[in-house]
Amino acid sequence: MAMNYNAKDEVDGGPPCAPGGTAKNRRPDNTAFKQQRLPAWQPILTAGTVLPTFFIIGLIFIPIGIGIFVTSNNIREIEIDYTGTEPSSPCNKCLSPNVTSCICTINFTLEQSFEGNVFMYYGLSNFYQNHRRYVKSRDDSQLNGDHGALLNPSKECEPYRRSEDKPIAPCGAIANSMFNDTLELYLVGNDSESTPVPLKKKGIAWWTDKNVKFRNPSGDTPLEERFKDTAKPVNWVKPVYMLDPDQDNNGFINEDFIVWMRTAALPTFRKLYRLIERKSDLHPTLPAGRYYLNITYNYPVHSFDGRKRMILSTISWMGGKNPFLGIAYIAIGSISFLLGVVLLVINHKYRNSSNTADITI
Amino acid sequence: MWRWVRQQLGFDPPHQSDTRTIYIANRFPLNGLYTPQKFIDNRIISSKLMIDTPTSPITSGLPLFFVITVTAIKQGYEDWLRHISDNEVNAAPVYVVRSGGLVKTRSRNIRVGDIVRVAKDEVFPADLVLLSSDRLDGSCHITTASLDGETNLKTHVAVPETAVLQTLANLDTLIAVIECQQPEADLYRFMGRMIITQQMEEIVRPLGPESLLLRGARLKNTKEIFGVAVYTGMETKMALNYKSKSQKRSAVEKSMNTFLIIYLIILISEAIISTILKYTWQAEEKWDEPWYNQKTEHQRNSSKILKFISDFLAFLVLYNFIIPISLYVTVEMQKFLGSFFIGWDLDLYHEESDQKAHVNTSDLNEELGQVEYVFTDKTGTLTENEMQFRECSINGVKYQEINGRLVSEGPTPDSSDGNLSYFSSISHLATSSSFRTSPENETELIKEHDLFFKAVSLCHTVQISSVQIDGIGDGPWQSNFASSQLEYYASSPDEKALVEAAARFGIVFIGNSEETMEVKTLGKLERYKLLHILEFDSDRRRMSVIVQAPSGEKLLFVKGAESSILPQCIGGEIEKTRIHVDEFALKGLRTLCIAYRQFTSKEYEEIDRRLFEARTALQQREEKLADVFQFIEKDLILLGATAVEDKLQDKVRETIEALRMAGIKVWVLTGDKHETAVSVSLSCGHFHRTMNILELINQKSDSDCAEKLRQLARRITEDHVIQHGLVVDGTSLSLALREHEKLFMEVCRNCSAVLCCRMAPLQKAKVIRLIKISPEKPITLAVGDGANDVSMIQEAHVGIGIMGKEGRQAARNSDYAIARFKFLSKLLFVHGHFYYIRIATLVQYFFYKNVCFITPQFLYQFYCLFSQQTLYDSVYLTLYNICFTSLPILIYSLLEQHIDPHVLQNKPTLYRDISKNRQLSMKTFLYWTILGFSHAFIFFFGSYFLIGKDTSLLGNGQMFGNWTFGTLVFTVMVITVTVKMALETRFWTWINHLVTWGSILFYFIFSLFYGGILWPFLGSQNMYFVFIELLSSGSAWFAIILMVVTCLFLDIVKKVFDRQLHPTNIEKAQLTEANSSIKCLDSMCCFSEGETACASVGRMLERVIGRCSPTHVSRSWSASDPFYTNDRSILTLSTMDSSTC
Repeated sequence: MAMNYNAKDEVDGGPPCAPGGTAKNRRPDNTAFKQQRLPAWQPILTAGTVLPTFFIIGLIFIPIGIGIFVTSNNIREIEIDYTGTEPSSPCNKCLSPNVTSCICTINFTLEQSFEGNVFMYYGLSNFYQNHRRYVKSRDDSQLNGDHGALLNPSKECEPYRRSEDKPIAPCGAIANSMFNDTLELYLVGNDSESTPVPLKKKGIAWWTDKNVKFRNPSGDTPLEERFKDTAKPVNWVKPVYMLDPDQDNNGFINEDFIVWMRTAALPTFRKLYRLIERKSDLHPTLPAGRYYLNITYNYPVHSFDGRKRMILSTISWMGGKNPFLGIAYIAIGSISFLLGVVLLVINHKYRNSSNTADITI
Repeated sequence: MWRWVRQQLGFDPPHQSDTRTIYIANRFPLNGLYTPQKFIDNRIISSKLMIDTPTSPITSGLPLFFVITVTAIKQGYEDWLRHISDNEVNAAPVYVVRSGGLVKTRSRNIRVGDIVRVAKDEVFPADLVLLSSDRLDGSCHITTASLDGETNLKTHVAVPETAVLQTLANLDTLIAVIECQQPEADLYRFMGRMIITQQMEEIVRPLGPESLLLRGARLKNTKEIFGVAVYTGMETKMALNYKSKSQKRSAVEKSMNTFLIIYLIILISEAIISTILKYTWQAEEKWDEPWYNQKTEHQRNSSKILKFISDFLAFLVLYNFIIPISLYVTVEMQKFLGSFFIGWDLDLYHEESDQKAHVNTSDLNEELGQVEYVFTDKTGTLTENEMQFRECSINGVKYQEINGRLVSEGPTPDSSDGNLSYFSSISHLATSSSFRTSPENETELIKEHDLFFKAVSLCHTVQISSVQIDGIGDGPWQSNFASSQLEYYASSPDEKALVEAAARFGIVFIGNSEETMEVKTLGKLERYKLLHILEFDSDRRRMSVIVQAPSGEKLLFVKGAESSILPQCIGGEIEKTRIHVDEFALKGLRTLCIAYRQFTSKEYEEIDRRLFEARTALQQREEKLADVFQFIEKDLILLGATAVEDKLQDKVRETIEALRMAGIKVWVLTGDKHETAVSVSLSCGHFHRTMNILELINQKSDSDCAEKLRQLARRITEDHVIQHGLVVDGTSLSLALREHEKLFMEVCRNCSAVLCCRMAPLQKAKVIRLIKISPEKPITLAVGDGANDVSMIQEAHVGIGIMGKEGRQAARNSDYAIARFKFLSKLLFVHGHFYYIRIATLVQYFFYKNVCFITPQFLYQFYCLFSQQTLYDSVYLTLYNICFTSLPILIYSLLEQHIDPHVLQNKPTLYRDISKNRQLSMKTFLYWTILGFSHAFIFFFGSYFLIGKDTSLLGNGQMFGNWTFGTLVFTVMVITVTVKMALETRFWTWINHLVTWGSILFYFIFSLFYGGILWPFLGSQNMYFVFIELLSSGSAWFAIILMVVTCLFLDIVKKVFDRQLHPTNIEKAQLTEANSSIKCLDSMCCFSEGETACASVGRMLERVIGRCSPTHVSRSWSASDPFYTNDRSILTLSTMDSSTC
């Protein structure tokens, strides 16, 4: 390596080279990004910064929790189990297999009146609507009114795809197992005269489901015509086009059907059955008193230890009665507040002791 | 073609397998009895396309395929770059003699047997046997700097019969055969013979290493040479000394694989648990096949075992997302993109050479933060590879060179004005004005100076390059007039520096021809007859020359270490010089003493006779020679001493000091001489004056070596207060390593500094391997600049190449190439630290977020009869890792700076905080995993209890289904996981803000869009309006907020308590940094006096924003922080602050 040391001396002694003069083409750009000097906010989680946060969380969460809890507590809810497994139950008679059409009646009393709109649910237990085989056993294009899918349903529907060499409409296990008990509610008057409580069938399904996702096969002909060449689901008594006399609630857009088709997340679930609308501001929707529930008992749950329930509930802005959210808010808020206090103490103690303690290290 | 035909004809060459026969210029004997052997072509291939799969193909195929493809593309790209640089070398033009003419061709076309012409200053393209040079004696000079780091000129000679063939025409007549060994890696061994056919007569000449010109060496001082290629391409000694490029894996990657195995175990056990539970559950028919959910015929009839297996596999597929496949892609991307920052760093840019740092393998970025051992080459790495004359002591007076003038140093007792120079003295000699060092005997003093520099310019083995020297003689007053025209080459850089210095002071060594040395003293030419050279050897530690001055007197000039000269002196200022020498040494200068002796003619005759006898003695020549040398080199008169600075690179001492503070052990491995190595070690701060230097050198036998080792070990244990330094040389090392590895390692580990000298390239690699496999499995880093360092660079975990003067070999084969040694500190302490933190968090976070992702899925199986029902929609499953949570972590892993880079660089001790892969220890890994699980439990059961008995969550009483439930869990998860990342982020640039909040926003927008349309190509419309309905529920909003806060609550509490109770050094440094930056950042939110935190809500709010931590915290830290007050960092910080604000 022949290095002329004169050149070296220059390098050592004087300034390296005239700045900015000749092109230093390999010099990296002096930009904030390339030099990792982007302006940045650099927060540190110290006791000091976190302490106030804890108090604020506590201060915000506890009132919210109380509010939610109170709201939830104000909701009226009554649940009536009509499975009929207990011999004393009026519906016990319907369990025997040779009874074809069975109607049972259950009496109950509302201690407090239900104000505002009341929602009537049916609930099933131990019914695994979330089983994988079950969940996917449907054909959304068929339900959307697609003609091709109507006559040739998806393979996912097996073994509820064809019956008697005809495609099933609606196909699949979900549709096939549609809940078919009929529930009627009667208010028992003072004079033992019962008046039926008006139950509204519409408005129980999501609006988008009813109007977009579920559609009857298109055509001008009557519904029955449009469902020509299809078979009813095996377990159904009536074909799909006879679910309801009201044409706006018949076929695939029958709301009971749509509600059933939205598979539940957990094996114990509720589905909205009917609405009991408030009639006037003066009278409660369901005044306190005696009622009876008339059940056309069709749906078998005994084989899988299921339970059937009828639920009447009012609703707040945040849904049905569930104290969990309120309690959780109160709990987290209190813990946060408590931790804040603990931290404050530690921080305070530490500050006093640190000056002496750390110097010795 | 010719060769091919002959091979096809089936003439098997009657050669032994360990030799090769080379027909020079491929002129094969015409009788056709020999077939040329097939040799490989002259190509260097360092690129090797290797695709390695990061995981075993257990998890599902497609993501794996994706990962492999991305990895392969990335590695292929890097390999392609390597291939390009190979091409550059392979395509370099060379001149080959073909059929009597000179043909220009490419380097890769050189075949074994070709005669190659190499001109001055060119690099040999292959290993050549020298045939002839432009000199009559067939000698040439080469420098092997890029091979073994030695910069001196080496003389190589040709066989006399071929040396005369200096023209192409003559070469054409040569018919000769070379037989030599098969290629081997040893640079210094070559055995062969040349059979020359001349006038029908075969002359056999032995060939040794002195006639072999190695690829990579450079021709110097010789106009041109001709040589026969004997080893080409990958068979050259240079190439054989490369270790094959092995796939380097970083420690992080290794722990990543461990974690992966743990997760695989989790995955498999979850799948097994699910399968078993599924079958216990299904034992009853009412669960297996209730009336509402019948199986198909096919499902009913398939065999039990098959069903079992397929169930198990289905669970594996369901849970496989727990294995973060995307981690590999992200890590690859992070490494690839992140490595650009090294190249972009202005601090790693070397202005003088216009070099920026290069990243050759981005796989090892984080390994830079894990280094425990640094092995560094000396020449060109620690030093500039330039010697500089600094001071001298002549006749008891100390002089310093300042601007090419000698200036006496300090007030000498008998000088009236301390600032005089040799030249001024001479120039003013005529007028005799100012030179008053000792006015009473001026002439004698001048004589001393004169003699001193004559000795310096005569007593050496320096070669001079044959550039034109006409320019000399313009006048003696320009101190460095001649040196610009002269190029000196010396076996010792010190000699070169001394001769150059003498030339600057007017005594110019012009050249040695035959037996005379020509010296121009102040423009006056003097011829000295060189009578004898008494060569340097390490026992005597001195060398001398006997010359006949023009006046006829015979003089001996001796130069050597002061310990070997001073005892032999009988005259001169011995004591003063000794003091001066010690002073020089304390400054880290390399010292030599110079003395002379005048012979009477009678004395000389005896010496001449005895020398001749000794040199021609057949037995015990060495002993006899030593005796004669001893006899000659005595009764000396001391002239003075010189001090030469081996110019260290800028800030080497600071860098080594910083490395040591960071807990890194530094070893110097050099091919250089023991003395040189030790003195450089001392001057660069590798060895301290206070260190106890232990030596293990010149061990000849195994048992001696063991004994010595034991002795050293004892000394270390006896004396554990003082620091120890160890010096080992190559031969002793190989002995020590052969049998006494453990003992040796024991000694080494207890030494704070180790210096290995006289190391062969492969030996360097071997030392590193030894350290690598020692029980602690430390991470090693090798720094070097020459081709001799390539094998060690490749062996070490991280190889750093210095882009120095000795070619590009090291830089090309390194993982990172930098221009200067000092850049190492920024590379390790800042880049290494950042990359490590970034990737450690990246890895942990990925595992965490996948646990969060898949555990709810697992829990859901308990509520759906283990039917493998997915909780989330398949689009969410796919996009979770790709879109919703990928960018924040990627940006974090590219931009995060948990602490200011200036602080990192100025406090090397912070490096210890991350040593031993601390951030990826089992403890932290478990913490993240448990955190992941607990978060997952919170999402899942939070949502579960929210639904409760499946009450409605909507204000209109309508119900949600399973998809809404899954989407609720998923939404909470995406927010939590992203905010968790935000909690980890300490460096919030606008990009971080963009991707963090952007990710959450994107999730919402995407979900609204995805759920808002009936997608015609999707089979099921499960998600239609699910997300929108979810958002229309007030409870869902409250639940989401609650769950996110609860999840992060745990983490924040832990972080705060950790920081408060056991802060790490890094955390402390962060605090001090934050305090100092607060002042200028936002003074309005800073309080002048300490306040309790709950005093005012308004203040709390400001603190939540985080810009201002309460002052009382800062005060406590600043008082307690030991390095806050006495550290440079305050200075740096304040400057840094002003720049950021």
